[in-house]
Amino acid sequence: MEQKLILSPAPHLHGEQSTEQIMRAVIYALLPACAVSIYFFGLPALRVLVLCTLGCVLAEIGCQKLMRRPAAWRDGSAALTGVLLALNLPPASPWWLALLGAAVAIVVGKQVYGGLGHNPFNPALVARVVLLISFPVQMTTWSAPTPLGAGLDLVTTATPLGEAKNAVMLSGRLPEALQNSSWDYFIGNMGGCLGEVSALALLLGAAYLFWKRILTWHIPLSYLGSVVVIAGIFWLVDPSRYPSPLFHLLTGGLMLGVFFMATDMVTSPVTPRGMLVFGVGCGLLTVLIRLFGGYPEGVSFAILLMNAATPLIDRFTRPRAFGEAPARVSGRQGAP
Amino acid sequence: MNLQDEFTKGLWRDNPVFKLLLGLCPVLAVTTSAENGLGMGLATTFVLLCSNIVVSLLRKVIPSKVRIPSFIVIIASFVTVVQLTMEAYLYDLHKALGIFIPLIVVNCLILGRAEAFASKQPLRGALIDGLGMGLGFTLALFVLGGVREIFGAGTLLGVSLFGGAYQPFLLMILPPGAFITLGFLLAGMNRIESARR
Repeated sequence: MEQKLILSPAPHLHGEQSTEQIMRAVIYALLPACAVSIYFFGLPALRVLVLCTLGCVLAEIGCQKLMRRPAAWRDGSAALTGVLLALNLPPASPWWLALLGAAVAIVVGKQVYGGLGHNPFNPALVARVVLLISFPVQMTTWSAPTPLGAGLDLVTTATPLGEAKNAVMLSGRLPEALQNSSWDYFIGNMGGCLGEVSALALLLGAAYLFWKRILTWHIPLSYLGSVVVIAGIFWLVDPSRYPSPLFHLLTGGLMLGVFFMATDMVTSPVTPRGMLVFGVGCGLLTVLIRLFGGYPEGVSFAILLMNAATPLIDRFTRPRAFGEAPARVSGRQGAP
Repeated sequence: MNLQDEFTKGLWRDNPVFKLLLGLCPVLAVTTSAENGLGMGLATTFVLLCSNIVVSLLRKVIPSKVRIPSFIVIIASFVTVVQLTMEAYLYDLHKALGIFIPLIVVNCLILGRAEAFASKQPLRGALIDGLGMGLGFTLALFVLGGVREIFGAGTLLGVSLFGGAYQPFLLMILPPGAFITLGFLLAGMNRIESARR
């Protein structure tokens, strides 16, 4: 039977985009960030990218063989997870760290839940957090950016967020120099994970996705907006202790998280109102973890926590069907 | 049902951890190493065996209305025996297992066997059942603890397996590692079962 008769309630408009097209577009959108990471960190960055992507695709093929599921790795979702994971790792990651991360992302983060569309958490972030907890040393060894491999030896450095956290913990004050290098932070000339260094490259990619209408404005805007507002309040209270909103925007994994991971279609709410709640929650948690948490960076934890809240958000923001009586609390109908 | 069957059912077919999913609190909490798993398993086996024997012997004396409190008193007595013995002779293990030794009292595996089996069976069956279930529980904890220790610390029973270059996969000996390992072991067992059928 070639043509299926599909009966469904309105609206009957159907998006033209296929999973494959969306995944491919997001990978294209990440290419500028990949290029910048290779420019600043050289071959080690390329190695992490290749290992993660290959590892994820192989893990996906293996899982689908083992679980006798249709071989759907060609949809590109595993490759995208691999690229995102690589962008979330430090450039000097050893090979086994990248491969282990790829396996964790696909097997534990995705396939055990039933594959694409069924995973409650963003697989790449699951892998990142697993690695961060298990291998704190390797996951926080940052190499200094060396444009086009100017120096071949790896020099380690601190991320701006790590530096800020350390200084505040030790002396209660932010170092002066940190606030004055916004342009470096914007183009990506700082220590950090592969993909989080260059806000410029990520914004380029995001613009492409907006143009292709894969991204909607709800999550990015509410996420960035709440970070600016909340960080701004703290900054106004005590600028010597809390960094400026601009610093928050340009450092760490915020741009990567906002445009490419918080907006993951599978793990974020479906309704526009829900997306706004999701974004604000992510922003609030990110700033709180950055300023008061044990880790210098909170984007991945914030997004994972809000992923966990997504089903609940979806339930409370469910749009009312035309003519339906307003329920007092949705989901309470029926016998207790 | 013959006695051999009574014994082996606890090891695989009705394994308390992998099949009945009973007593998961100690299963997940103390299996950070094979040694801890083994210690916890043997302590539980001792309590289960003794409580099964006593419950079976007293099954005609205990009024059915107060049977649960009676079982708990019997179980608690043996747990106290285990706890004091371990404190005296196996102090390190006692320290490692901590609160989970007294918590054997509320292990639903033990109460479950007392209620569902020992209180209805003559001594011989109850004894064999307690032994089989206890050893099945020990086996499960040992396997779980072993897998977590191998990945999480690179050792098995304290013996280094991979040499100094191995980077321990810390998550495996943290609480999430217990859930993940148990999940994969269950999946593996189901796979074996379904292949047999």
